[in-house]
Amino acid sequence: MSCSRHRKAVYAFATLVGAFLLLPTLVVVPMSFNKGSRLELPHSLSLKWYEAIFDSTMWRDAMWTSAQVALLTVVFATVLGTAAALGLARWRSKAVGPLMGLLLSPLIVPVVIFAVGVFLRYSQWHITGTMTGLVLAHVVMALPFVMVSVGSSVRTLDRNLELAAASLGAGPVLTFRRVILPLIVPGVVAGALFAFITSWDEIVVAIFMTSPTFRTLPVVMWSQVRTQVDPSLAAVGTLLLAVSTLVLLAATLLRRTTRSSHG
Amino acid sequence: MVEARGTVESRARGAEDAGWHWALLALPAVAFVAVFFVVPLGEMVVQSITEPSPDNYATFVDTHAYVRVLLQTFRTAAIVTVTSIVLGYPYAYAMRRAGRLGFAALSMALLLPFWSSLLVRTFAWTTLLQDTGVINKALMSLGVIDEPLALMRNSLGVTIGMSHIMLPYMVLPLYAVMSRIDLSLTDAAKSLGAGPVTAFRRVFLPLSAPGLAAGTLLVFVLSLGFYITPALLGGPQNVLIGQLIADQVSINVNFGFASAVGIVLLVLTLLVLGTGGLLLQRSAAFKGLAR
Repeated sequence: MSCSRHRKAVYAFATLVGAFLLLPTLVVVPMSFNKGSRLELPHSLSLKWYEAIFDSTMWRDAMWTSAQVALLTVVFATVLGTAAALGLARWRSKAVGPLMGLLLSPLIVPVVIFAVGVFLRYSQWHITGTMTGLVLAHVVMALPFVMVSVGSSVRTLDRNLELAAASLGAGPVLTFRRVILPLIVPGVVAGALFAFITSWDEIVVAIFMTSPTFRTLPVVMWSQVRTQVDPSLAAVGTLLLAVSTLVLLAATLLRRTTRSSHG
Repeated sequence: MVEARGTVESRARGAEDAGWHWALLALPAVAFVAVFFVVPLGEMVVQSITEPSPDNYATFVDTHAYVRVLLQTFRTAAIVTVTSIVLGYPYAYAMRRAGRLGFAALSMALLLPFWSSLLVRTFAWTTLLQDTGVINKALMSLGVIDEPLALMRNSLGVTIGMSHIMLPYMVLPLYAVMSRIDLSLTDAAKSLGAGPVTAFRRVFLPLSAPGLAAGTLLVFVLSLGFYITPALLGGPQNVLIGQLIADQVSINVNFGFASAVGIVLLVLTLLVLGTGGLLLQRSAAFKGLAR
């Protein structure tokens, strides 16, 4: 059949595109093991760049700062986002559409605009260059991801379960704790993981909200990329790649669980 | 637990009513976004007209260099969008028709970059594209070229890097629509005598149009606001509007002007989104694809 010839051409092209997608992403990995000090594919291997970044105060502090910011972001974004997703899914009002739009709007505003606005306003509140300021901005950015994830979980809930609980005398808090929450846990956890990665990898807002004494990992990497370019950057890149892949793989698997268990 | 019937029924009904107590759950998030997102944007509007005056907008429109930045931004966004379509449509189509293993491989190749940090991917491209980078070194050692090719610090580097980042945003909406297309329709066309190309062109392609439109819109809008990738991979010719805004804040400390340019970008983004969204809705309605 001649259509299989066309099909093969499409597959071949797709394979090339796949290589285009994968190779740059993965190229940092071999480079990080280079014994030499240039950014190139290695002739001889060594772990020295990994040792260098773990020995360096600059990188270690940045990693610790990033972790703290990300964890705080996760806590606030997950709590606010889960409550909002649930509330907007259940509340019957014309306001739900616009409010949902408001909460998701950080997704369509270009990051650099949000970053500048945040910088201008938060500096008047004196929270630029502080963890508070950065976390507040990151929570705004992470909220939509939590809401989408939890929202899709909530939509799969069987309302009859809540009605049954109510008919047995359970108040709203008890219903939430014993009926709703256990069923939406996969969506909540997935949302939390997306929130984590949103904060962990975030660069543009961080550039404006950090200071010489308070820097996250992407900010340090951004400054190093333009000044001191050696395989330590490849090592950092590989670590970031590993973290992102693991976290988002877990999140995706969780979302599949939600979908499959509810048909 | 025995309760009077009326109480049980009214409690059950209470769970079903519009329930303003649900609104209370959403209130903290709404207040949060209002204060920490809307207010900062409002601040930009205010500063754009008070620091020192609405002349900020006039300065932007009147200065040739700045208008060129805007045009360059639109041009880059358009090129990146077209590249994403050329690379992404066949990719999504392959995903649609592949078997389980092929689909898994193609998904992984798409999602792995999508999940990794923007900065790491852009940095990886610098290591590949620079004069002493992997590509030039390989070509020179193979004797294909004598001097390194200028793959970076120009529009080519920016296009390659941005297309790489944008590709998943094109493929995912496309695939979402394609996955719902009933393939027996193209089989039916073939059984009526259509060749494979005709069947594709007259059956599959129109059905995939909403996904293509969504992906195009998404990639174009995202490209308008891009900052990091063009800044690292582009040269002085490739300063896009995102970088202009950032530089005006951090280098020139010109908050009012930066805010004005930011508001211009925001309005343009919303216009493009609004127009695109309207066109999508109307075409879906006419084609009866609205669900």
